[in-house]
Amino acid sequence: MIRFVDVHKSYRVDGKDIPALEPFSLEIADGEVFGIIGHSGAGKSTLIRLINMLERPSGGQILIGDTDMTALTGPALRAARQRIGMIFQHFNLLSSQTVAENIAFPLRIAGGKDSAAIHARVDELLRRVGLTEHAHKYPSQLSGGQKQRVGIARALANNPSILLCDEATSALDPQTTASVLDLLAEINRELKLTVVLITHEMDVVRRVCDRVAVLDAGRIVEHGTVADVFLHPRHATTRRFVSEALPEEAAGEQVPYQHVPGRILRLSFRGEATWSPTLGRVTRETRVDFNILAGRIDRIKDLPYGQLTLAMHGDGVDAALKALRDAGIEVEELAR
Amino acid sequence: MIASQIPLLQTLFPNIDDWGELGQACIDTLLMLGGSLLLTVVIGLPLGVLLFLTGKGQLHAMPKLYGALSLVVNVLRSIPFIILMIVLMPLTYVLVGTKLGIRGAIPPLVIGAAPFFARLVETALREVERGVIEASQAMGATTWQIVRHVLLPEARGSVCAGVTVTAIALVGYTAMGGAIGAGGLGDLAYRYGYLSYKSDYMVVTVLLLIVLVQLLQMLGDRIVAHYSRR
Repeated sequence: MIRFVDVHKSYRVDGKDIPALEPFSLEIADGEVFGIIGHSGAGKSTLIRLINMLERPSGGQILIGDTDMTALTGPALRAARQRIGMIFQHFNLLSSQTVAENIAFPLRIAGGKDSAAIHARVDELLRRVGLTEHAHKYPSQLSGGQKQRVGIARALANNPSILLCDEATSALDPQTTASVLDLLAEINRELKLTVVLITHEMDVVRRVCDRVAVLDAGRIVEHGTVADVFLHPRHATTRRFVSEALPEEAAGEQVPYQHVPGRILRLSFRGEATWSPTLGRVTRETRVDFNILAGRIDRIKDLPYGQLTLAMHGDGVDAALKALRDAGIEVEELAR
Repeated sequence: MIASQIPLLQTLFPNIDDWGELGQACIDTLLMLGGSLLLTVVIGLPLGVLLFLTGKGQLHAMPKLYGALSLVVNVLRSIPFIILMIVLMPLTYVLVGTKLGIRGAIPPLVIGAAPFFARLVETALREVERGVIEASQAMGATTWQIVRHVLLPEARGSVCAGVTVTAIALVGYTAMGGAIGAGGLGDLAYRYGYLSYKSDYMVVTVLLLIVLVQLLQMLGDRIVAHYSRR
């Protein structure tokens, strides 16, 4: 478990304290993929660097298990950092070293392994990220996605319990992003390590995260399971992020349907409810008509979900709403 | 001497009567250059690393130490080499027991060139991407490990370019040193070419120095190209 307890951070610039992160507390459970989403300058890079003390907080504690990271210095801090892997937006590989040497680097730093053991571990890591045939290339000979795979292999070398991802896919094209995210999800599943990632893309959160915190101007304005935050965003910043992931305004509060007759409803289906013909059954039984205005069926990580915006008319609308709610479908009536 | 039996050379440079002396001067220049370059790198490289590490916003920012080092480096770099050589004569005598010859030339050459090289090293290290240093810190590397395994390997192309520039500057310094008793090609050019009006010596010396600088630059460029992998 990673715990932030009353943590805040400000930078001193020209004798003045500029706050970067307002006081907050947050818990990240072992084995989960936790996303932190925010615009640039919101403080997310600072937040993720507090975990491995690349940034020290101005106040508060950061606990990993029972260890207070803020109390560590020197060799103890370096040993703790070896248990936390980190990958970066711009990969940050050693350009003068081959792929294999880059991956071996953290092993050499940690010490305690002879070169045969290092070699064996590097081979294992290369296989995991699918780069065995590129072992002796230099980073400049690789594509962006391959470079990030080297970064991931390097971050995993010392068997960390936590993996920090600093905008790990922001420099990659959509297809490569998907394959890197799949790899991260696979690693999270198979190695049971905790993944903390920061991003400015809601789609990244939707694909891999279990829980998410939304950061706006140094404040955590909203956090919870991705499904909750994604389907029912409360804060304006969150709604903006969600509407970026859903191009139609499915998540917007102001609905431009003034001219549409009937009552405007938003239905959210989660899990198995997504696959059952509930809407058809209910509308038939309550004899209401409906018109689909917007909709989407997709997945939030492994959870299927659907969200439909409908206009419903007829005498039985209230009965229909009750029947839908009874069937486990979330129904909201939108203001118009 | 073989050179004196080549008619072409004798026709071209009739005033040069001792080619052996010229050959010896070449060897002296190369010895001064080699010895001083080696010591310059040995002293300048750690000094450059120290300047980088203690600089503003770096791994071990120490403004006072950086300021002091920076001042010393700048002072040494602002004194013209020929003056530095004369000023340093007493120190040279204490260090190597003579003010003359190859041995007498090496201390001022090193003291003149090491600060220059240290600045080049500092600049080269600043070119290393910050993110790579940050990644190494995140892995739990010590400062020494970062210097040894990240900074120097990542900057080795620019450091080698710095060695080349320094070597060529040292060729100039050794020639200047010749004027005040250091020996080598500069000494020959000054004594015969300038004081005795035998301009042949001047021409041959200049030609030899041009060849030497060309060779150094070519060698340096090759090494830099070999290490450039970006």
